[in-house]
Amino acid sequence: MVKPTKLKILWLQSITCNGNAHSFFSHPDFMTLIQKFEVIYHPILDSAYSLDDVINKKLACDILVVEGAFRETGMQKANQEIYAIAKSYAKKAKHIITVGNCSTFGGVFRLYDTESIGGFCFNDETPNESYKLFKKKLISLPGCPAHPRWIGNLLSMILSQRQILLDNFHRPLEVYGYNAHAGCPRSEYFEWKVDSKNYGYKEGCLFYEYGCQAPYTHANCNKILWNEVSSKTRVGTPCFGCTEPYFPKKDLWHTNTLMGIPATMPIGVPRRAYLTLTGVAKSFSIKRLNEPIIKYKK
Amino acid sequence: MLKAETKRGKKRESIIKAALTLFSLNGFHKTTIPDIARRIGMSTGNIYNYFASKDILAQEIIKYTSEVLGEEIRKINQQDTLSTHEKIHKIVEVYFTMATKKPEMIEYFLRVYLSHREVFVGECDKMICVAGFITEIMIFFADGVECGDLRDQDFFSAFGLFMGYLGGMAFLNGEAILPRALEDYIDDIAYNIYNALKA
Repeated sequence: MVKPTKLKILWLQSITCNGNAHSFFSHPDFMTLIQKFEVIYHPILDSAYSLDDVINKKLACDILVVEGAFRETGMQKANQEIYAIAKSYAKKAKHIITVGNCSTFGGVFRLYDTESIGGFCFNDETPNESYKLFKKKLISLPGCPAHPRWIGNLLSMILSQRQILLDNFHRPLEVYGYNAHAGCPRSEYFEWKVDSKNYGYKEGCLFYEYGCQAPYTHANCNKILWNEVSSKTRVGTPCFGCTEPYFPKKDLWHTNTLMGIPATMPIGVPRRAYLTLTGVAKSFSIKRLNEPIIKYKK
Repeated sequence: MLKAETKRGKKRESIIKAALTLFSLNGFHKTTIPDIARRIGMSTGNIYNYFASKDILAQEIIKYTSEVLGEEIRKINQQDTLSTHEKIHKIVEVYFTMATKKPEMIEYFLRVYLSHREVFVGECDKMICVAGFITEIMIFFADGVECGDLRDQDFFSAFGLFMGYLGGMAFLNGEAILPRALEDYIDDIAYNIYNALKA
């Protein structure tokens, strides 16, 4: 009996911090999962071929994973423009995964030069020339980094030939069909408009002053959690909106306001509706929500 | 069923309007529920079918006036073609027209709501009963900052300047102190407010 051929993964990096490669290593079932594929090249893992082989030979590849930000010229590996190499493999691959915000939208590196640096298929929210060529097989996994399970689940779905529903930035709805606010234990404080006193507190909402972007960030961080136990907002750090094309916004720790009103509303909420509820909620002073829960007595 | 509800709604509004006029003219404490009943030809007992107490009626009136004024400002906010200066002009115009044509609406706010805070507690705590109006002013400010016309600042420092100014002028007008008609001041006051708040 002939052993079924494994799908071939090629993991290519442009300019990157390695964050997504490392994130994937934190997947609790990483070894089991990765052995279901043939990794023909990975910048950190031992793999069958070297970077020189990738550049100089035309290797077969089913899944191209790209990490890091791109530009047409000036980002070379082994004396070759990495964007050109990535595009040549993208033509052959059945699936293209942009992992992390940098390879999806340009991320942190794009801030250095917004004229020439961007994602593989998007510059912020604008599709670039590569998008036209590859949109039919493009899957975006933005994040800073992408959660290990986002990568793992996507690879599993590809392996089992499941239909992968995508949003307009080609992000899988399985992950990005939620907002990061869903599942946040601070929701009650959000509803009653009670600010957190500072970072790291268990009580209070981080949306009003501390820059939390969870109500308008597409991700399931507070549903599946990080390291199986926590999330930024759970430990008192604002969500930085790292799955969105405008990441990283300037002044991450501060909420932009228009005369005291958050400048960006939760997804789909009209300003008038938000303010109407806020006006009511702020009119009441709920003792339990304004002191540490541990000290509250009926 | 719908007809009955509408009829009840109309009756309710007529009580609010009558009470609004009497409270504004004669003062909150001097006006009684029988006075209000007499004015609209209703029995005193029946009024209590609509409002459980004079305090609750007073709270409902401030909600009513806030919503009427809020609705007017909402119409201005929704006119995207207007500049912020033009919107300020229209808000001042709406406020002063109301102070002239329906003085009881503004008088009630100044002479009952602000002067009898002990009545507006519980469900009317803080600014909850004037939320209909405040919400529209907040939207006006946020839109003005967003389009770059207004300077970003604390909401209340801008709100106090705007509404305190209008309330003060309406009060002076009510006391017959102003040498000119209230509408004669619209242009200057809109100009002053815009210059004070502009970016």
